[in-house]
Amino acid sequence: MDKVQMLQVLAASLFALGLTGVIIRRNVLVMLMCMELMLNGVNLSLATFAHTLGSAVGAVLVFLIFVVAAAEIAIAIPVVLLLVRRKRTLDIESYSDLKG
Amino acid sequence: MGLLTLIVLLPLLGFVLNGLLGNRLGKGFVTAVGCGMPAIAFAVTIKCFLDLQGGGWAPIAETAYVWTMVGQDSFEVAFWFDRLTAVMALIVTGVGTLIHVYSTGYMHEDKSYARYFAYLNLFLFFMLLLVLGKSLLVLFVGWEGVGLASYLLIGFWFGDMEKAAAGKKAFIVNRIGDAGFLLGMFVIYSAVGTLDMPRINQAFTGGAVPAVSASLVGLLLFIGATGKSAQIPLYVWLPDAMAGPTPVSALIHAATMVTAGVYLVARMSGIYLNAPEASTVITAVGALTALMAATIALAQDDIKKVLAYSTVSQLGFMFVALGVGAYGVAVFHVYTHAFFKACLFLGAGSVIHAMSGEQDIKKMGGLAKKIPITFFTFALATAAIAGIPPLAGFFSKDEILWYALASDRGGSWLLLAVMASTALLTAFYMFRLLWLTFFGKPRMLKDVEHHIHESPPSMTGVLVVLALLSAVGGFLSIPHFLEPMLALPGVKPGMDAFHYFVVGGSIAIALVGLAGAAFFFGGEALPAARIKASFAGLYRVLNNKYYVDEFYDRAINRPLLWISDAVFLKVGDRLLVDGTLNGLAALAQRAAGRLSRVQTGSLHKYAFMVLAGMVASLVWMWRNG
Repeated sequence: MDKVQMLQVLAASLFALGLTGVIIRRNVLVMLMCMELMLNGVNLSLATFAHTLGSAVGAVLVFLIFVVAAAEIAIAIPVVLLLVRRKRTLDIESYSDLKG
Repeated sequence: MGLLTLIVLLPLLGFVLNGLLGNRLGKGFVTAVGCGMPAIAFAVTIKCFLDLQGGGWAPIAETAYVWTMVGQDSFEVAFWFDRLTAVMALIVTGVGTLIHVYSTGYMHEDKSYARYFAYLNLFLFFMLLLVLGKSLLVLFVGWEGVGLASYLLIGFWFGDMEKAAAGKKAFIVNRIGDAGFLLGMFVIYSAVGTLDMPRINQAFTGGAVPAVSASLVGLLLFIGATGKSAQIPLYVWLPDAMAGPTPVSALIHAATMVTAGVYLVARMSGIYLNAPEASTVITAVGALTALMAATIALAQDDIKKVLAYSTVSQLGFMFVALGVGAYGVAVFHVYTHAFFKACLFLGAGSVIHAMSGEQDIKKMGGLAKKIPITFFTFALATAAIAGIPPLAGFFSKDEILWYALASDRGGSWLLLAVMASTALLTAFYMFRLLWLTFFGKPRMLKDVEHHIHESPPSMTGVLVVLALLSAVGGFLSIPHFLEPMLALPGVKPGMDAFHYFVVGGSIAIALVGLAGAAFFFGGEALPAARIKASFAGLYRVLNNKYYVDEFYDRAINRPLLWISDAVFLKVGDRLLVDGTLNGLAALAQRAAGRLSRVQTGSLHKYAFMVLAGMVASLVWMWRNG
């Protein structure tokens, strides 16, 4: 198994780890962290491909994802803050007021 | 602004002023505007007539406004003043002005005085638009407008449900005719490419005849005329229209508006000259209407109903003249009829005024001495309509009878026989009316008798003027005046010998009618009562107007109501339209109820579904792509 393959497996494992976290953890903050993990898994994969193919496109996409992730977390943290103020808990199961 | 436009706009100005300001500025203002505008319009019409004469009778045309352009065709609000228009416009403004003056007396106590004059001026505006319009389109606007004004004035006292219903009936029956008129206009426009009446006439009489049956066009336009001019089968609205104030009956439902159909046919004579079938239909409908209405009038007891049926009958005479190609003679009868029928209606108004609102001639009698001016004018107009020489009605009716016999465009002995018997009935029922109203013993209640009084000078003055016109109006030979424009039909060979026979016959008929009425209704009216008793069945049929209203009710109204209710409302509206909407709404509601269960509110499940979706799409891409 060469280096690229190992890096890709690592990226996929990071993504899978993050996804599993989002699906099974109940703490909102942990879920957000897991989402960052997924994003970074993708970033790693992109960076690897960019390096292998010698193209800048993948690297540019990585920076785009950084920006989007920063923006997303800047919105998500205040939202979580407001939710916690209202519900006094971080448990995602108690935020289900809109269920049908 | 040209003079013709001015004629039309003056009554409109009166309508606007009286309609907007009349109630605030008081009766003096309303009277001045209401009577002043028609009077000025009459003066301007005379000026136009003199101009027409000065210009060697060359028609005056005037474009007020270009309405719209479609390709090369422009639709203009244009006016046209020739001999025929001159006669009609002078009748409309002249008689119109007189009736406005009369109304100041008749409607004096009414609380809606301003509204009344506003409507009356509005009517004059539309009527002048109708007779002055150069294209069928302008004529049609006027045609619809007079229908509206007629509706407003029939239902003038709309607090009374019966009167409001009469207005509605007039409007709806007229709509049926208007549909035919509209179709006729479409056909003409698609075949000739213009709606200008002079050009249409030219197209039909010129060398290259348009590729459309003149009879089809003629019949469609005639359907419109049957509505407005109260001919079979659409005459039923006119007797009910008597619910309006009496001067309105005189102006709109006797002298002017109802003659619009006659004017239309005369104006479009170029079409009818080439449409023998349509002309035959017109003759037949006219003759039938004249006879039928005259028989109904024999058995009516309401003074205005008798006059209404006599109007229908006289309109039938006019259509017979149109049918046999004597267009000028028809307009002649329009002209004399305007005088004597307006005089009769206004006289009836004066009688009703004197009788404190009573209209039943069974409860009148002996009024001759109490209201002498009304009596003399009414008697003169009655003699005129009956055709006693040398009054106006004699000349026009005699000419109609003559052409009914001798015209080479459909005259026959049968037609003469029908028209002559109608003329006899006319003389008979008119003198019956005169006798029952003015002679014999008073039959009214003591209270009413006590109040009987002659009408104010504003009313009697108008009556005298109209009576004089009905007396001498016949000496002006309108057919001769119109002949350069509306040629009279040829006389069948060998008929000239009968001319004096017809003249003598028509005088004899009028006198027999007079004598008959005097015999049957003179004194205690015993012979009439005997006849009535021995022909009770016939009397009942006539008194109930041949049950035509009942027949229309059974044959048209009720099926229409049933279909509207059972099919259109219950099936169409409730089941189809409402059902579809309600069904869709219920479907959406149920589906949403099911689907909302997916929204568990658990973020984990959503995330899991996203994962499942991603996996599924990846698998699908791997298998298929």
